[in-house]
Amino acid sequence: MIDINPMVIFLAAIFTNNMIFSYFLGMCSFITVSNEIPTALGLGQAVTFVTTATALINYLLYKYVLVPLNLEYLRFIVFIITIAAFVQLLEMIVERYFPSLYYSLGIFLPLITVNCIVFAVSLFMVIRNYTFLQSVGYAAGSGLGWTLAIVAMAGAKQRIKNNNLPKGLEGPGITLIITGLMAIAFVGFSGIVQIQ
Amino acid sequence: METILITTAVVTGFTGILAVLLTLADRTIANYGEKKLVINDDKEYIVNGGRSLLSTLIEQKIFIPSACGGKGTCGYCKVKVLEGGGQVLPTELPWLTEEELKNNIRLSCQCKIKEDMKIYIPEELFNVREYEATVELIEDMTPVIKKVRIRLKEEDEIEFKPGQYIQLKIPVYDGNEEEDYRAYSIASSPKAKDFIDLYIGYTGGPATTYVHKFLNVGDTVYINGPYGDFYYRDNRDKEMILVAVGTGIAPILSILHYMAEHEIDRKVTFYFGARTPEDLFEMDLIKYFEEKIPRFKFIPTLSRVTEEHNWTGARGRVNVHLEKDIENADNKEAYLCGSPAMIDTVVEILKKKGFTDENIFYDKF
Repeated sequence: MIDINPMVIFLAAIFTNNMIFSYFLGMCSFITVSNEIPTALGLGQAVTFVTTATALINYLLYKYVLVPLNLEYLRFIVFIITIAAFVQLLEMIVERYFPSLYYSLGIFLPLITVNCIVFAVSLFMVIRNYTFLQSVGYAAGSGLGWTLAIVAMAGAKQRIKNNNLPKGLEGPGITLIITGLMAIAFVGFSGIVQIQ
Repeated sequence: METILITTAVVTGFTGILAVLLTLADRTIANYGEKKLVINDDKEYIVNGGRSLLSTLIEQKIFIPSACGGKGTCGYCKVKVLEGGGQVLPTELPWLTEEELKNNIRLSCQCKIKEDMKIYIPEELFNVREYEATVELIEDMTPVIKKVRIRLKEEDEIEFKPGQYIQLKIPVYDGNEEEDYRAYSIASSPKAKDFIDLYIGYTGGPATTYVHKFLNVGDTVYINGPYGDFYYRDNRDKEMILVAVGTGIAPILSILHYMAEHEIDRKVTFYFGARTPEDLFEMDLIKYFEEKIPRFKFIPTLSRVTEEHNWTGARGRVNVHLEKDIENADNKEAYLCGSPAMIDTVVEILKKKGFTDENIFYDKF
């Protein structure tokens, strides 16, 4: 177990170890849903919530079920199933009891099931042997870091919406180039803290 | 050995618990109970809530046109929701104009029934019905296009305008897990009310795979219709420009059947786009129309001919010839059927020549 303050891990997950800019994870929805800031923000919030909640459940499952039974190698399948079931359950609950939330966030939930960062967070936290609090910090930080990235991308895309781009670069092409430039900028943060 | 057993037990137990949890949630949280659905103020239905308006209406044998099967990607299944539809979802917004939003138009495949609802749909949709029918003939037209003749039951008749389409039910088969409906234009004459002909090109999608790989003569199929506002307009003094590519020829043939049978004498020019001479089909039928319709002219144009084809006819895509042949829009109307790309280019050309939305009719697929 490494001894780092959960708060440090939280900040590191946002800036130095950003899921998008240093791991290039969670790219599919990052590329397709980053056309408008409000939508990007909505998806970001939903991702943050789901990432944190599933990380908590997966942490407990891993520590109190898989480890005692020496079944650590099952973590992939168990984490994935948990995430899928959780998202589905969440969608039903939100749709029924929080209609206004469903209109703003609910439609993103099916997208989240297949968002890599949800699974990556659960996996990284057990690989890196985080404690419970560290995991919470890491999950929330990763979610917020992803939100930051997608909102920034939506902002950038809105600025270039009316610009003339070479035909082949329209859409995903320019998005990836911008992501690369932003990633280079984020390299500036690296070295402040090490979390692994 | 022990590890294997424990693993199996844990995975089974774990998935089992989640499955039970989800089933319970589905029964309780996602169960909205029975809701009242009022259509056009006079028809009342009691339906199970929680599902989309479109699938609930289909269950009540009311068929709203829809080409994508409820995925929210075609934008056809619009209905007017007067009460109880909730907010418009972000998934519907791309398909609705500001005026439609003001008029409470919704996509029925996205809008779920969660409370009692009042909706309005055009009366003529009540005439649309489902037919149980039999495949009478499947014939290869080109290497990728099959003609399918569907014969209705003896007591049934289908009334349609030349150019309209029906929806074919795509059942669940090995490789397709969801029942679905796909739209196909009727190619046969509206006079023949006991059967319809469809041309179905193979694309590899679930619907065309079903028709090309699984459907046999004698099979029972389900169709519903007719739908569509792409049909022959009887403006006899006007010259007609017909444009089709590939299976887009279907509604055009139906229109020509109608004209031949009613001895309508209008100047008609039919531009048909294909790649090679192999892609031209039903040429006998075209010859018959050339004899029957006095001022009918057929111009097939091929975009990928080589020396070996010995092709002496027109070359290039349809738009090239339209650009060249048509001078103005005076006293003309155009009927287009084919891929969205073709339609968009042709509409642009025609508008440049002076055509307006009033004299261009098209069917995109």
